[in-house]
Amino acid sequence: MTPTWAQLAYLVAAVCFILSLKGLSSPKTARNGNLIGAVGAVLACGTIFFARDLDHLLPILIAIAVGTVVGVVGARRVQMTQMPQLVALFNGVGGGAAALVALLELRHLVALSGVGAAPEFDLAATAFTIVIGGVSFSGSMVTFAKLQELMTSRPVTFPGLPILFGGALLACFALSVVMVLDASIWSGIVLGVLGLALGVLLVLPVGGADVPIVISLLNAFTGLTVAAGGYVLGNTVLLVAGTLVGASGTLLTKLMAAAMGRSLFNTLFGALKGGSTLGAGEISDRPVRSAGPQDVAILLGYAHRVIIVPGYGLAVAQAQHTLRELVDVLGEKGIDVDYAIHPVAGRLPGHMNVLLAEAQVPYEQLKEMDEINGEFKDADVVLVVGANDVVNPAARTTPSAPIYGMPILNADEAEQIIFMKRSMRPGFAGIENELLFDPKTTLLFGDAKDTMGKLLTAVKSI
Amino acid sequence: MSEPIVWLTIFVLSVFVGIEVISKVSSTLHTPLMSGANAIHGVILLGAIIVTGSVESTTGLVVGLIAIVLATINMVGGFVVTDRMLQMFVRRPKPQPQESAK
Repeated sequence: MTPTWAQLAYLVAAVCFILSLKGLSSPKTARNGNLIGAVGAVLACGTIFFARDLDHLLPILIAIAVGTVVGVVGARRVQMTQMPQLVALFNGVGGGAAALVALLELRHLVALSGVGAAPEFDLAATAFTIVIGGVSFSGSMVTFAKLQELMTSRPVTFPGLPILFGGALLACFALSVVMVLDASIWSGIVLGVLGLALGVLLVLPVGGADVPIVISLLNAFTGLTVAAGGYVLGNTVLLVAGTLVGASGTLLTKLMAAAMGRSLFNTLFGALKGGSTLGAGEISDRPVRSAGPQDVAILLGYAHRVIIVPGYGLAVAQAQHTLRELVDVLGEKGIDVDYAIHPVAGRLPGHMNVLLAEAQVPYEQLKEMDEINGEFKDADVVLVVGANDVVNPAARTTPSAPIYGMPILNADEAEQIIFMKRSMRPGFAGIENELLFDPKTTLLFGDAKDTMGKLLTAVKSI
Repeated sequence: MSEPIVWLTIFVLSVFVGIEVISKVSSTLHTPLMSGANAIHGVILLGAIIVTGSVESTTGLVVGLIAIVLATINMVGGFVVTDRMLQMFVRRPKPQPQESAK
């Protein structure tokens, strides 16, 4: 039985989590919100050491120390550009932990059921935690592999996939029922394995551009497993925290999908309906117009209105600081420059804002898509740096393209379009960009940082 | 032992709170918010400590310790990485008030 003071501490922790989410949804309070969340988590976990007599205290403390070191080092060392895969990884290990906790609790319940005392609700919640925890773990690992480019970022499908997925899902249901009626540790382990398989099958057919939505969905899943785990363990703070994350995560997933013009269903199962392999990423040898930094500098230097479309390639090349200098120089020449930020520029919604803020780009110059889309037709030059899919007109014109329906930046309406690219390789969604072959388009090939430096020197000398 | 209905009540109310608190988030903050929520569910560490603190077999202890390590990585790493993202939003020169773009 948990003492009353500990229950109160849990209540305080739960309130901290609510305030944390509230804080995180506004730029001014976001950092404090995160700190409040951390305080709540430490309070909740600290309480248990005083509220209960725990065996194996030393190994537990060592395990926490190991996890802390790994977590802190991982979070500090990672490049800003690799943030999305790190979030996926953290989410996955959380789901895995929830599934393991449920398995251990199942042993306890099995012992109880020997004397006919294991409640059905508890067993059902345990089965849920094991399966969804497994899904979250393996699904996150696959998204990690996709983002880290350990495997192809394009949808992976094979003919029997829907049947296999459906079969595994049915088997999970059936086995869960069996487990509730007659609990055994083996049914739990098999459920875990099925959950892992489900996670892989769920994420494989998702295309690269949709991965952020899936990370958010799996995040919500992990939240729900934690909530179910809280029910099984009779712990309120786990129930509240898990449910909060589950609910807000689901809403966030919907918001992200809406920002990309996708429905959640299409994100997950779109590739299974076939026909989304248009272009298949082959490199076409149609003619393009390319130019050197000098020519581009002249275009920029004599423009009145310039809009910059930054993409993931910019951040990978670490060229955002040089870009900011370039924009400063153009600004001194009296040229009106803004950044057009697509909601999913980078790898996640808001990722690009983080990357540019790192280069100390003033917040005021970052314009969101809805705000700036009407201004492209008045722009003399649009400079697309390391972006591709977010300006690809195929999203408007080609129903079979995987990005069809995604709102894009109207870069094609500008007078001149300059693409800074490393090569003709297609973007993350793996489809060719018609805009590259547009007569208004000029290509500036090269490593973004290197070329940006040359461009900066050239603009300064005008 | 509490009644399932009490738990159901807490669950349903938490769902509404969870949806309500983030309903006005701007797309700029989607990533940090997701990352912060991700860190919050790392509180499963508490569950991992509870079960590990009462296991009897060695296998159970090993599984429990693995769960603790994983949950701690989720929780600690999650909060640290979210803070790193949010630092970028705060450490900005101050000529103008921060929040101007809507």
